[in-house]
Amino acid sequence: MNNSSYGVGKIILSLFLAMCLRVLPLPPFWADFNPDWVLLTLIYWSLAIPERVGIFHAWVFGVLIDVLTGRLLGQNALAYSIVVYLCLKLHKRLRQFPLLQQELYIFICLLLSQLLLFLIKNLQNPEQLHSTFWLPVLTGTLCWPLVYTVLRFVRLTTRLKS
Amino acid sequence: MLAIIASIALLVAEQRSNQLDFLRNTLSFATDTVNYFVDLPLVVVARLNDAMMSYQTLKDENHRLREEQLIKQMQLLKFESLEKENIRLRALLDNSFKLGEQVLIAELLKVNMVPYEHIVVVNKGTRFGVHPRQPVFDANGVVGQVFRAMPLSSEIMLITDLNHAIPVQVNRNGLLTIAVGSGQLNQLILPFLPSNADIRPGDLLITSGLGGTFPQGYPVAVVDPFTSKLNKPFAKITATPTANLDRNRELMIVWSNSIPVPFTSKMLDQGVDRKKFVHE
Repeated sequence: MNNSSYGVGKIILSLFLAMCLRVLPLPPFWADFNPDWVLLTLIYWSLAIPERVGIFHAWVFGVLIDVLTGRLLGQNALAYSIVVYLCLKLHKRLRQFPLLQQELYIFICLLLSQLLLFLIKNLQNPEQLHSTFWLPVLTGTLCWPLVYTVLRFVRLTTRLKS
Repeated sequence: MLAIIASIALLVAEQRSNQLDFLRNTLSFATDTVNYFVDLPLVVVARLNDAMMSYQTLKDENHRLREEQLIKQMQLLKFESLEKENIRLRALLDNSFKLGEQVLIAELLKVNMVPYEHIVVVNKGTRFGVHPRQPVFDANGVVGQVFRAMPLSSEIMLITDLNHAIPVQVNRNGLLTIAVGSGQLNQLILPFLPSNADIRPGDLLITSGLGGTFPQGYPVAVVDPFTSKLNKPFAKITATPTANLDRNRELMIVWSNSIPVPFTSKMLDQGVDRKKFVHE
């Protein structure tokens, strides 16, 4: 597939849907479990087609998420950029891993992202956070196979090929 | 690496000043589409519900609303005479009287920002003149204040947010205190009351008007049952907000910082016609 603008449309659409999932109204109990769909999607695309989705995308969508969720501007951008950078560095190796081993890596990535957000939040105004703050890391890891299969299906059917 | 520097620059810049509001406002056009998109199914369901309501239900509802309006109207009649009386009494005290509150009805967008904060999004923004620190009410009481206003939407911090505190007074005896959010939707905490304070379960807390954000005299919460422990310096008292924080879809954003009207005898003639309601 050489028509790169066509591919970019698909990627942006998937990220848009991920953003919708991110702010989906859920009952308070379930809202704690809502994983960071945008980061998962970004990780997938950066592993699958690293030459087309890079740190720039991660940064832009990070800023958008900051605006969307009303955070201090730039914190998600920072977290996403670093995670995507790590994924880009290791994408060749990660692609060879079986899904289970990938999950371990995804867990570390999500933890890193959440840790950065935590640090920034703490700098801003130290207050006690519920331990549920860390739950999205866990559910995000569990959701990775789902994201992986769905986006892989999308990528293969639309022949988004590196 | 450029991205990291850029993000840190953004973080620092936003922490220090509000120069970045412009950037946020511009980007909010993009993110608002997400918000409205997520909200769309709920709007459609509500519309369908409206469309499919039977004639009988509508008739019943109409009847009920008419009765309710009649009762409210009667209460208002009394209210007007009371207000006149209040103005007259204040004139005796040589006091000024605040008049005129404008109301804008905004609709809640059902989106979930972050689970551990009580911030909601409504569909009115700076386009309608909304600005930060404006009080927000529903039909039953105080809901919160505008936290951040963007062109097409604004974020509202509920009074139950952990970072929110509202100056209140006990309606029965005028005891002043501060109600702090607890992080739970049905609870406020009153941490600054000594254990011998004159407060009872069931007392209504109203806004005291101190601090300048909230106008005086609106119901905030009802004090929960508690057991006083005299050996502790501070009582541990909680209260339940009167507003339906988790159920209401329509909220009222209020312009209350109108200049206090200095009292003159002319005011008596003009009376309370100054009250203006802007319905959307």
